[in-house]
Amino acid sequence: MMFYGADKSQLLIGETTYGHHQIEMSCDTCHTSAFGGEEVIQNACTQCHAEDLEHSNDSHPKAKFTDPRNADLLKIIDARYCVSCHTEHHKEKTDEMGVTVPKDYCYHCHQEIGEERESHKDLPFDSCATSGCHNYHDNRALYEGFLERHADEPIFKAIAQLPNRTAEKNYQEKNDNIQPLTAADVDLSAYPKAVPEKIMHEWLSSSHAENGVECSSCHIQDNTSQQWIEKPDHTSCQSCHEKQVKGFTEGKHGMRLANTVAMPLQAISPKEAAHPEAFKSDAFTQEHSCSSCHLSHEYNTQTAAVESCLGCHNDEHSVAYLESPHYALWQKELAGELPENSGVSCASCHMHREKINKKGEVFVVHNQNLTLRPNEKMIRPVCMNCHGVGFAIDALADEVLIKNNFNGRPSQHIESIDWVKKRQ
Amino acid sequence: MKKLAKRAITATIACSAAAVLISCGGEEKTAGIDPKNHTDALFSVMKADRTNYTKLIVQRLGPKGADAVVPKEEWKDIENGIPLPAQMFRAGAEAVRDLNDTFTYSLQSSWPINKQNAPKTPMEKEGLEYIVANPGENFYGTEKLGDVSYFTAVYPDVAVAQPCVSCHNEHKDTPKTDFKLGDVMGGVVIRVPL
Repeated sequence: MMFYGADKSQLLIGETTYGHHQIEMSCDTCHTSAFGGEEVIQNACTQCHAEDLEHSNDSHPKAKFTDPRNADLLKIIDARYCVSCHTEHHKEKTDEMGVTVPKDYCYHCHQEIGEERESHKDLPFDSCATSGCHNYHDNRALYEGFLERHADEPIFKAIAQLPNRTAEKNYQEKNDNIQPLTAADVDLSAYPKAVPEKIMHEWLSSSHAENGVECSSCHIQDNTSQQWIEKPDHTSCQSCHEKQVKGFTEGKHGMRLANTVAMPLQAISPKEAAHPEAFKSDAFTQEHSCSSCHLSHEYNTQTAAVESCLGCHNDEHSVAYLESPHYALWQKELAGELPENSGVSCASCHMHREKINKKGEVFVVHNQNLTLRPNEKMIRPVCMNCHGVGFAIDALADEVLIKNNFNGRPSQHIESIDWVKKRQ
Repeated sequence: MKKLAKRAITATIACSAAAVLISCGGEEKTAGIDPKNHTDALFSVMKADRTNYTKLIVQRLGPKGADAVVPKEEWKDIENGIPLPAQMFRAGAEAVRDLNDTFTYSLQSSWPINKQNAPKTPMEKEGLEYIVANPGENFYGTEKLGDVSYFTAVYPDVAVAQPCVSCHNEHKDTPKTDFKLGDVMGGVVIRVPL
């Protein structure tokens, strides 16, 4: 059953969820042991997902359910285990976020809410976990206190900018003997073949050359063997860009390369995706690596923020981006008409900037679907930089607006913020 | 005669069997702790820890003291936020479940802010009513939940500080707005599986 490398497609009892599609054939990632029951599977879930749940201040952690006084509730839904609500291999009953229970799952434990809250009296019993209202796990942008603090924010904030990235600055502060490199600083005789002019030029214009990083840093991994690596992969980037590589391997771009995946899998390409039709045909077989977006030698983060994405992604939302107000701001920023960080690229939303400490260090989260599950996760790190919370909630709840890439105003208003204001 | 003999033989066998059973085991068995003493001891630790947290951290470093920390319901999301004493108590209850399965405890009330903390089992309801009706007393009983029998103890949770009373009275979700200092606001329920 656990033969390494054997094709196990015949053993698949049903398609995996959208989220796990890429690692579908790596059975051992989750089924680490043939025996061991639900604890084995639970450990598989927490191995990849525990960190995000902790970070999200999970509203329903396992700890809430282990008191024996809750035993009768657990008979209906055993909320101690992920698979109670997220059963794998049952595509026919799998809804958004990999949920395989009907939408009234909240009702079993929270039946009294209709009597307690006047505002909730006439709401349908299966409408709790809808956009902008409640989420089972992550309510950081939805809980009452938060909505109260941000209740009267305007649609557009007076200062609408993303936090500045600080990776380069931090590096320079920590290593104060860095000198920008020139062509003369590279001893080309050490390398197996002639370096094309184009590549030399690209490298010289990059922040690698600016910060003392030359060919051997990426192309030679082992100091003892000095073996030249023709096409360094993400493991070469890891030694300096550890956080970014970790994020990359946690999202759909790089999850096949994660070290939590049991069987080494080839990097994802559009032809292996769940929806190959959503990608450009000429990118069909391109495998995703750091260089896919960052273009080896140039490492141009501006290109990585828009052009790289649109080189592959061909869905409605991506195509509509070029007609969107967000793109207009991006163009203005690149042209110097708006201050830095005022523009909104694909990366602004989908690879958000996170402040990691009080010193103000900001880095780019490379898990591009972290803020999509569900999309209310975008409110705090992304939308709030420029928009008021109420507007952001309304926009993210509007599926039509998302498809046309926010070209217009939200068509409906989510009342949660109004109910909060009434109780103030 | 035969019957008497049979009875005598049965009695002898029974007695010797009993003797074997009693004397078997070799070493002395350690005496078990009475569940009531067990829960009383646990409660005294819980109470002492929470009282200390309230005095030494919340009062000393909070708004009424050094004003260096902010004790608030949504403490995780606030700079320098720290849990309220009741939240610190609950965090302890949750953490204990990962460390030890010989007892569980929870903080409950007949007038809870969060309705999940209302008494659920008939014994919890009885216990909470008892400690309110009989100030100064604890409640002890046994109940069966699922397949397991439990020794259940309910200890009064008294409003020892003005902030306990004012916060609960003023909270948006409180069902009771006239708590007074010294009132039994709820109870600590400790369960020991038997």
